[in-house]
Amino acid sequence: MALAFTHAKYQLLETARIPIAIVGSAFFPAAAMLFFVVPFAGDHPVGATMATASMMMFAVMSTSLFTFGVGVAEDRAQPWDPYLRTLPAGAFPRFAGRILSGLAVMAVSLVPVLLIAAFLTKASVTVGGLLLGLAALALGSVPFTLLGLFVGYVMPTKAAVAVVQVIFFPMAVGGGLLTSPVDPPAFIAAIAPYLPSRGAVELVWAAVGDFSPRPITMVMLAVWTLAAGAAAVWGYRRDEGTRFA
Amino acid sequence: MTTEILARTVDVTRRYGDVVALDRVTLDITAGELVGLLGPNGAGKSTLINLFAGLRSPTSGTVELFGGSPRDPAQRRLIGVTPQDTGLPQALKVGECVDFVSAHFPAGVARGPLLERFGLSDLERRQIGSLSGGQKRRLAVALAFAGDPRLVFLDEPTTGLDVDARRTLWDGVRDFHAEGGTVVLTSHYLEEIEALAHRVVVVGDGRVLADDTMEKVRDIVGVRRVSLTAAELPELPGVVGVERQGERVHLVTLDADELVRELVRADVPFSGLEVRQTSLEEAFLAITARPAVLA
Repeated sequence: MALAFTHAKYQLLETARIPIAIVGSAFFPAAAMLFFVVPFAGDHPVGATMATASMMMFAVMSTSLFTFGVGVAEDRAQPWDPYLRTLPAGAFPRFAGRILSGLAVMAVSLVPVLLIAAFLTKASVTVGGLLLGLAALALGSVPFTLLGLFVGYVMPTKAAVAVVQVIFFPMAVGGGLLTSPVDPPAFIAAIAPYLPSRGAVELVWAAVGDFSPRPITMVMLAVWTLAAGAAAVWGYRRDEGTRFA
Repeated sequence: MTTEILARTVDVTRRYGDVVALDRVTLDITAGELVGLLGPNGAGKSTLINLFAGLRSPTSGTVELFGGSPRDPAQRRLIGVTPQDTGLPQALKVGECVDFVSAHFPAGVARGPLLERFGLSDLERRQIGSLSGGQKRRLAVALAFAGDPRLVFLDEPTTGLDVDARRTLWDGVRDFHAEGGTVVLTSHYLEEIEALAHRVVVVGDGRVLADDTMEKVRDIVGVRRVSLTAAELPELPGVVGVERQGERVHLVTLDADELVRELVRADVPFSGLEVRQTSLEEAFLAITARPAVLA
């Protein structure tokens, strides 16, 4: 396990040396906060809180899909990856290190959203609510991390970049992250319950405000998580089998 | 001299789809040896190293590393492998990269002396992306020694290095061997194998064609290419390969002098006689085409 932290440390070091990568994953949620949440819901305590929760889910989705989808695809393309396999550690530390460093990047991308919410809106949350909300975000990130891993293991980098975007945007909009939690447009109300982004964000809403998640979204979140998990395991095994059989 | 076997293959075959990369190869690597693996591209050298490093498993037969399977990470604690220098993490500094690799081993070496040995001390704080090709190559080779190994596999260690850098690297490898280390080295360069290896294994078409001392193999590789323009040629002794390009005939032989004498004796009309040293690659192709000449 210590080796997993070593891997995470050096992966973060590599990421930090090209800071634009972190700026990129922190930029969109922060920009969306400034352009949509602050002017339209900033003065409304409940609205601002819920919208901030949505934006944090947005940040978590984008970092999980991109860091894992594109990151894993890039690693697989480098001869460094097979070299690491010759070290006396096996594949686990590398894998665990990637998850840990992904979580760290995710945390960093949440900071600007939290700061904007705290200083520029009337959003409010108790300490317990905040911690519960962060836990809900971590839980909600799982299906997207798994989807990202799946994409990363089955596709080359260029394809992964495109596919991750194609997955990300409809899920974010369709799940209702950019619209009102209680009164969304009709087509979003129709499709949202079947998307994992909805189930995930409902957990966060429930953690920070007065919101009860619906059973259908919870069931669909579980279904997506299991399906994405199965796909990620399949992709990982297939990749191992092709490259290291 | 100890005879402890550090690594071995027994009757190993490895296929990639329809392609047979290794064909029933049996090989022992004994402690303290400095073995050169010689052969053209696609001969199976890299596959053999990948098997020893645990990256691949054999289609049939067994591969052993320190008495166990190289697929088991614990068996790889005493080996070192060179990464391809194109894959080194560009954003890390030289010292960090060494620390990262040595963190995987129970007995990682101190980075100072290691960098010193490979002439990298001045580059410790430089990002890998800013190094020259030769500097990256030296770092890649140094990484094979980061875990204080007993056995290192060096795949084409000096490709792309200038003469000075190559000699520095050879000294590093010789020092390691002099301290009791075991080395398996692949190279395209006969000169490199000659400078370092004591035992030479010639691989071609997935088989071991020769496995002998440096001197013996040097004789085998002393193949010449005799080219001439002639319409028709009689059966000639000692020819291991014939290639025709229109009027021009290229004969690959182990004894060019005898071949020319025989040509003159046979009284065949020919012109434009040319005798050249073959490249290693040509020699191997000839040997591979007629493995019987080695018997």
